[in-house]
Amino acid sequence: MSVPATELSATHPSDQPLLSLRGVHKSFGAVQVLQGVDLDVRAGQVTALVGDNGAGKSTLIKGVAGIHVFDSGDYFFEGEPVKVHGPKDANALGIEVVYQDLALCDNLDVVQNMFLGREMGPRVRLDETTMETRARETLDGLSVRTLQSVRTRVASLSGGQRQTVAIARAVLWNSKIVILDEPTAALGVAQTEQVLRLVRRLADRGLGVVLISHNLNEVFQVADDIAVLYLGHMVAQVRKDDVTRADVVELITSGATQRDGAAPMNGNGVAR
Amino acid sequence: MSTPTARATRGHAPEGPKGTKWRFRVADRLRRTRTELRDILRAYVERVRGGDVGSLPAILGLIVLVAVFSALEPESFTSALNFANLIGQSAGVMVIAMGLVFVLLLGEIDLSAGVTGGVAASMLGVVLTEQGWPVALSLLTALLTGTFIGACLGVFVAKVGIPSFVVTLAAFLGFQGVMLQVIGEGGTIGYRDEFVLKLNNGAMPLWLGWTLAGVTIAGYGLATLLTIRRRRREGLVSQPLLLWALKTGALAAVVLAVVGYLSAERSPFPDLKSIKGVPNVLLVILLLVVVLSYLLTRTSWGRHIYAVGGNAEAARRAGINVAWIRISCFMVSSSVAAIGGVLLASRTNSVSPQTGGNETLLYAVGAAVIGGTSLFGGKGRVTDAVIGGLVIAVVANGMGLLNQPAGVVFMVTGVVLVFAAAVDALSRRRAASTGRA
Ligand SMILES: Nc1ncnc2c1ncn2[C@@H]1O[C@H](COP(=O)(O)OP(=O)(O)OP(=O)(O)O)[C@@H](O)[C@H]1O
Ligand SMILES: [Mg+2]
Repeated sequence: MSVPATELSATHPSDQPLLSLRGVHKSFGAVQVLQGVDLDVRAGQVTALVGDNGAGKSTLIKGVAGIHVFDSGDYFFEGEPVKVHGPKDANALGIEVVYQDLALCDNLDVVQNMFLGREMGPRVRLDETTMETRARETLDGLSVRTLQSVRTRVASLSGGQRQTVAIARAVLWNSKIVILDEPTAALGVAQTEQVLRLVRRLADRGLGVVLISHNLNEVFQVADDIAVLYLGHMVAQVRKDDVTRADVVELITSGATQRDGAAPMNGNGVAR
Repeated sequence: MSTPTARATRGHAPEGPKGTKWRFRVADRLRRTRTELRDILRAYVERVRGGDVGSLPAILGLIVLVAVFSALEPESFTSALNFANLIGQSAGVMVIAMGLVFVLLLGEIDLSAGVTGGVAASMLGVVLTEQGWPVALSLLTALLTGTFIGACLGVFVAKVGIPSFVVTLAAFLGFQGVMLQVIGEGGTIGYRDEFVLKLNNGAMPLWLGWTLAGVTIAGYGLATLLTIRRRRREGLVSQPLLLWALKTGALAAVVLAVVGYLSAERSPFPDLKSIKGVPNVLLVILLLVVVLSYLLTRTSWGRHIYAVGGNAEAARRAGINVAWIRISCFMVSSSVAAIGGVLLASRTNSVSPQTGGNETLLYAVGAAVIGGTSLFGGKGRVTDAVIGGLVIAVVANGMGLLNQPAGVVFMVTGVVLVFAAAVDALSRRRAASTGRA
């Protein structure tokens, strides 16, 4: 079946998005966090998801990952409507997430964390050597030289190393979509560069990548698409080349640009 | 990593007469062994400094306690008879503690584990003695009684969402009532079945003890050696062979010493009745340690237990069924507690409303914690329960021989427990400050 075309996805009329959300709602009790959100993620593209603190970015991707179930709205994967009720469902589709809080177990080592929930070998006799070898290879592929041993407990790693482990866990599987929630927040200059290069590389390999970030420099450096979430509404998903940094800042802070001709959502639209 | 000297010297062995070369090789080998030893020691010290003390404090404490009591009561404490008694006395609590490790790993508690054992032992008394069921079926019924209790506790904790402290406190009260109702105040149900009585009273034939010792040592040595080989083949960092040899050697020494000691005649009246051989209950303990440790360390289920204890939300996001892990841990804990309860009752040849009550549970929790299992979850091993259980048993046994009243024994045990908990808390703080949490 075909995804209903909306003006938001009009930028790529030809190719079908890997992942499409249409009119997604989510509330926690009385708090309406997502109010009819649309999102398209395309293969080979980096989609930056930006928005102020509390806009609902993390909630949105947790819904995609099956951690929260959306209250209503449509979830399409490769054009097909799908139901994602848990993390396993999302993993089965090929969706991997690096969470904002990393979601690592401090008391487990690097290998154990990377394969958590998807251990290799028979359930009653885990294949530790294969897991360790593959973890090592993946980490080497990310050019992480700082990690002494993959058998160190995650608790003893630095913030950046932990972040790398979380990213390595996401790229370990033959996934189609990798979502990274503020992956560079804890990183230094060099490691940030490394992660951004990785993000680009993943997209160039043909994966759909979603990058959540508050740093517009990063966004403009690696993104193809920019999606702006404002108080639970997706106010724009546009090509990076079609907007200026000032436009994005305005979208983030007021939910509209002056060029839009639409009234900014929080009033003050004088100078149109 | 730090054998550059060894590696450098290995390269240029001096070309000389055969004797020199041979002697050089021996010296080189010795030097390398020394560096290896130093590395092993340094890695260990590093770990302890980082707050990962494991069972070290408990083992040191055990050595100190044994030394003190041996000095104060050289005759009775160190006798083979007392040693065998110690094993029998500690078995019940030790086994209950092994089950508790599963619940403690989740950061939960089971205050009803002791009386669960009592209920299971009562069940055994009812079906075996009063109903006359076959012994195997009766034991299975007792075990499943524990499993069922655990399932109920687990559902209340994981599905209904009541804190485990409250659920198991209620169960603690309720099950004591159940036992009073079933057995009657001041009553007992005697066991008459030979097998059940022998469980925690009898000793095995000498040959079986030695066979068991051999199997234990060979089993440990082979299993660890195979792991090392597999890891080497895959090009992974593995335990140095020297460390393997040291560990296997240490295990062999302890096992052989224990079996040797227990194989000696220990009856006070050898002419009337000869008592020698490894107590049967040691086999039960050994089997439980092996099976439960395997479950915890080699299966995905065990891995998920640690994950839930370390970070339940992360475990959930990894697709782990957290509720099932919680429920199954309570089921295992209570099933193992049932075995512990049967051992307690077997020791006294009968079950009474007090079986598994009084200080049993507190001792069991104390044993796990003293051994190094954390009350905060995510950290612990089955062997912790064994080591901690020994510490508690040695205190009770030694103080008893010194004719100390029960009050003093409780006070000393309390101090030991606070000490162990302090070690846990301090090592956590230490670990946090060195970034190892
Ligand atoms: N589990 C929850 N229960 C109740 N409210 C929640 C929950 N998770 C998120 N919220 C609320 O939803 C809103 C959006 O949160 P979310 O974490 O998605 O924001 P965000 O865009 O990721 O912000 P940030 O940039 O700070 O990470 C916030 O107001 C938050 O309080
Ligand atoms: Mg967020």
